Amino acid sequence: MDLIVSDLTVTRGGVPVLEGVGFVLRPGQALVLRGPNGAGKTTLLRTIAGLQPALKGSVSGAEDRIAYAAHADGIKQVLTVAENLRLWADVFGQADIQPALEAFNLVELRDRAAGSLSAGQKRRLGLARLMVTGRPVWVLDEPTVSLDVASVALFADAVRLHLAGGGSALMATHIDLGLEAEVLDVTPHKAVLTNALEDFDEAFL
Amino acid sequence: MIALLLRDLRLAVRAGGGFGLGLAFFLIVVVLVPFGVGPESGLLSVIAPGVLWIGALLACLLSLDRIFALDWEDGSLDLLATAPVPLEGIVTVKALAHWLTTGLPLVLAAPALGILLSLPQGGYLWLVVSLALGTPALSVIGTFGAALTVGIKRGGLLLSLLVLPLYVPTLIFGAEVARRGAEGFEVMTPLLMLGGITFGALALLPFASAAVLRINLR
Repeated sequence: MDLIVSDLTVTRGGVPVLEGVGFVLRPGQALVLRGPNGAGKTTLLRTIAGLQPALKGSVSGAEDRIAYAAHADGIKQVLTVAENLRLWADVFGQADIQPALEAFNLVELRDRAAGSLSAGQKRRLGLARLMVTGRPVWVLDEPTVSLDVASVALFADAVRLHLAGGGSALMATHIDLGLEAEVLDVTPHKAVLTNALEDFDEAFL
Repeated sequence: MIALLLRDLRLAVRAGGGFGLGLAFFLIVVVLVPFGVGPESGLLSVIAPGVLWIGALLACLLSLDRIFALDWEDGSLDLLATAPVPLEGIVTVKALAHWLTTGLPLVLAAPALGILLSLPQGGYLWLVVSLALGTPALSVIGTFGAALTVGIKRGGLLLSLLVLPLYVPTLIFGAEVARRGAEGFEVMTPLLMLGGITFGALALLPFASAAVLRINLR
């Protein structure tokens, strides 16, 4: 099943930031979003993940199929690595957390409290969560922040494995993961503020 | 959902989780009252049901802002909202976890603290019954308040202002049950009112909480 985004207009704080965004994400495909800071990549991803409504346009094939990873990893500091992953596995109805621990090289850290991990290790734990969701569409917001070169390679391998298994990935990132990925630059979709001042005056008439 | 409940309980009892915060506050308030109003046991036994109820209510209020604020800060609220669990279920679990870690200990500790305030003998049963029936409403209403103020820095003041008026009916009828019980009067009418408020809040507020949470997450 494809993720189809058509003519999407997304807003941040009620102001349109991107308009007319459209693409189709097929199983096995990865799509990388690019654009300068503040362009609206995060807003677009949150809209697709269903966290905020779109002003216009539609997203289909997203319902209960998306695993979303934001800037924050949602890690509980006082729980151990395994307990953190276990929770998400239970919430998403998956049984095994071992493959996720292995894929992100977390096996040795499994009984460490997550609060004692380094920033990069936390990020790896946050990304390992994707593997225990069992969801086919990964929506990732800057997944490689604070990862070192070796961890980026681990992440790229996990994405490749996910794609080979019929999954798909939509990510906003600035670094090259060495994946066979299409690139969508959001800059041309920047929303144009039309007649904002005239409307402002009319509001008082 | 059970996994989520277990996580919240585990978080509450681990270091810095805030379990016992409400209980300790309740204990301190009740212990301080005799110092404030004097050791006269006749006077104390008259005000005991009301003091215990107000103490329990304020102790509940103390831990409300933690219900969603921590999950909001570390991003897990966003992730939970995209999980295959309905948001209504999540807020219900959150309220239940809050009640188990705050309300239930208060209910269990109340009889012991009743002794400190020389609560009349007949009052203990109805005190426990009224608290057991009333504190779930405090947790559910409080969860609604916490959902309204999630994402607001230092939202504690706003949360208190929003939630306290909603707590008033529960306080009135809860304290009335305890007072009438202590004086040996008929308790059925306020008890039914208290039950009505609690079950009404349990049935309706999770939907309201989930709706405001969705808006706050945008």
